[in-house]
Amino acid sequence: MSPFLFWIFAALTVIFGAAVVLNRNPVASALSLVVSFLGLSALFMSLDAFFVGIIQVLVYAGAVMVLFLFIIMLLDIRAEEGRRVNWLAGAGGIGVALILLIQICVVIKHFQSARRIFPPLARSTTDDVWNIGALLFNNYNLPFQIIGVLVLVATIGVVLLSRREPR
Amino acid sequence: MITLGDYLVVSAVLFTIGFAGVMLRRNLIVILMSLELMLNAANLSLVAFSRFRVGVSGLPDYNTQVFVFFVITVAAAEVAVGLALLVALYRARQTTDVADITSLKF
Repeated sequence: MSPFLFWIFAALTVIFGAAVVLNRNPVASALSLVVSFLGLSALFMSLDAFFVGIIQVLVYAGAVMVLFLFIIMLLDIRAEEGRRVNWLAGAGGIGVALILLIQICVVIKHFQSARRIFPPLARSTTDDVWNIGALLFNNYNLPFQIIGVLVLVATIGVVLLSRREPR
Repeated sequence: MITLGDYLVVSAVLFTIGFAGVMLRRNLIVILMSLELMLNAANLSLVAFSRFRVGVSGLPDYNTQVFVFFVITVAAAEVAVGLALLVALYRARQTTDVADITSLKF
């Protein structure tokens, strides 16, 4: 992928990610998150991970965002009115986040491999669904089944939690 | 050319935005969305490392992409349970603001 496209999609992801946090209206936040995830999916595809990019769009931009928008609609959540802002807590939160960012950037700066470009591939990876599927059903069969049980438990838990108490 | 470090920096910035969202916002729905941002930032660095570690077959390291698949699955289950908790909380208290939930405050 050309550097130009990389920086466009990286900027798209980061700017709309920031819009999620900065928007007062939860609906605008959810729609910004969709755009951010689409940019992230393009970044995944630039790394030759086509399957991960596709499930990113299907699961996040499709399923998870519809769930978020549905809950926002169901609870009828309005934009936050201008409540008293606790400036001390806000400055503390931004300070901790900035310290975290600086720490990660220092680690990346001292990481020798981070300066190298990506090695070339032997061939195109458009068949990576086959490779990931073979790995998933051979080497990672037990974790795969445990994940299935986890999703089942989550489904039962959601049904139990959202059931109205009988009076 | 784009190096591994560029992807890692984008991932770090995205993670920090999500972290700041969890620290600063008081609306529970936006906090859940910020959690998703943090999980996806971790996924981005995982996929970058997967592409960086080309094996003897000349293909990316697919073990990492299987791990990303698991992360996405668990994140989807987490969102479903989190939103169900939010609905239960809204029924009990008619609020989604974390500043209004003080029952456990000492």
